[in-house]
Amino acid sequence: MNNNFRKIQDRILKHFFFFTALTSTAVLFVIAFFLFKEGIPIFEKVSIQDFILGKYWYPTSEPPDFGILALIVASLSVTLLSAAIAIPLGVMTAIYLAEIASYRLREIVKPVVELLAALPSVVIGFFGMVVVAPFLQNAFNLATGLNLFNAALMLAFMSIPTICSISEDAIYSVPHSLREASLALGATHLETIIRVILPASISGISTAVILGMSRAIGETMVVLMVAGGAAMIPLSIFDPVRPLPASIAAEMAEAPFRGDHYFALFATGIVLFLFTLLFNLIADHVAHKYKQVGEASL
Amino acid sequence: MKKTFAILLTVAWLFPAGSVWAGNLVIKGSTTVLPIAQKIVEAYMKDNPDVKISLSGGGSGDGIKAIIDGTTDIANSSRFIKDKEVALAVEKGAYPVPFAVAYDCIVPVVHSSNTVQNLTLTQLKDIYMGKIRNWKDLGGPSWPIVVISRDTSSGTYEVWESLVMKKERVFPAALLQASSGAIVQAVSKNKNAVGYIGIGYLDASIKAVAVNGIEGSAKTTLDGTFPISRPLFMFTRGWPEKDASSFINYVLNPEKGQLLVKEAGFVPLY
Repeated sequence: MNNNFRKIQDRILKHFFFFTALTSTAVLFVIAFFLFKEGIPIFEKVSIQDFILGKYWYPTSEPPDFGILALIVASLSVTLLSAAIAIPLGVMTAIYLAEIASYRLREIVKPVVELLAALPSVVIGFFGMVVVAPFLQNAFNLATGLNLFNAALMLAFMSIPTICSISEDAIYSVPHSLREASLALGATHLETIIRVILPASISGISTAVILGMSRAIGETMVVLMVAGGAAMIPLSIFDPVRPLPASIAAEMAEAPFRGDHYFALFATGIVLFLFTLLFNLIADHVAHKYKQVGEASL
Repeated sequence: MKKTFAILLTVAWLFPAGSVWAGNLVIKGSTTVLPIAQKIVEAYMKDNPDVKISLSGGGSGDGIKAIIDGTTDIANSSRFIKDKEVALAVEKGAYPVPFAVAYDCIVPVVHSSNTVQNLTLTQLKDIYMGKIRNWKDLGGPSWPIVVISRDTSSGTYEVWESLVMKKERVFPAALLQASSGAIVQAVSKNKNAVGYIGIGYLDASIKAVAVNGIEGSAKTTLDGTFPISRPLFMFTRGWPEKDASSFINYVLNPEKGQLLVKEAGFVPLY
């Protein structure tokens, strides 16, 4: 009797957790399905090639042009530039925190860096628009401070906490025996960090970098506010650009429901989805391929 | 405008037990008129709790089509009815009645330190096509021009496109802001910038530029001299009766609807 009751209880809990796990997966598939269902119809009007490689985005002109090459280039260039700023800062902060800083300092600085992630993106965007943009304009004598560089800088602020926090965990979990062996062989602290610690934690650091970049490419509010929004291929890092999410956010509200413009914006969403999916697959692949084994495992 | 994105403002009103069957009003059409209609509908329903109003966008064309088909009581429109639509309406036995409810006035704005006072429509068009790239060509200081435009699906952009650009395209290097407020913010922070906003958003942080020598104001909009302005309409099917008549009266009332028109950033009739 008692045994029977426990069996039923077990079964109920098992099913409960199965459905909980199923919910999030189902939500993802429903959203992806909806995204494709609303985006695909535009390809009856323009070919995939013209859509991806078209240079002009005039969705409401007569006749309209649906080319998102400038938007794709904008998204990629903003993400790469922000990665170029955020990776050195994030990883070096992580090394400092895990290897060099005292325990007390680490306990103070790490939560502060992670708190940076708690800043709402609209606040960072506002900061970029009101403080950074006029500063950049005066400092570099530019036509406008709302540009690729400003957006990349703001996105770097947003991805540093992700990169720093995950890298730090990876570096910190490198076993002490490796460190001690290296030092015992006569390597300096710096040599130990570069030759032993970093290679041992490279999988965790790569995952951190890719997740940070994936956050940057999907970020909407910041790029809508500070990237400038010109739908053209940038020639310098101080040109205004319009990344994919900014275009969707600015135009979706008033695009005619189930019109060509609406479909084109959803198709833009598909492209963005594929980019973030690719980033996550790479992160997963890297994490598995360079998995830390034996004592160095995470 | 063929905008079918619908902001449904259906208000589910909980009637007290025993109340009589209430009036129903359907309003749809132009997204430009939508912010005005939203404000007025809210206020109207507060004053007349027994009237249920459903308000949606969809664009001027859809609104007028709905009037012809009889599927809406009031159609919002940012343009006058076309001859073709009148013919179609007569064929279907409908008689659309226009009421001008407000005026839309779009003023070009620059940074307050910019010395340019006046621009012609042709100059504005050349600036937005990227042909004129420096303020010194317009009698101003030798600063590069930073062109700021609105997202292509906004009503403000539509006015600009039809009255200034005249079928030409805004060049791709123009910056984009998603609201009139954002344009004010961006122009006030950048001495090189030029933008355009609904007159209701004008404030001391930026400077309005006269067009063809005429300052944009409620007065020049109403007497028709300011070139970048247009009337906004509500159409009814036949002369309005009952709730529709009471609503149109409310909209045109200088103490009620017209105050809200001004609040929404448009030029009232009086």
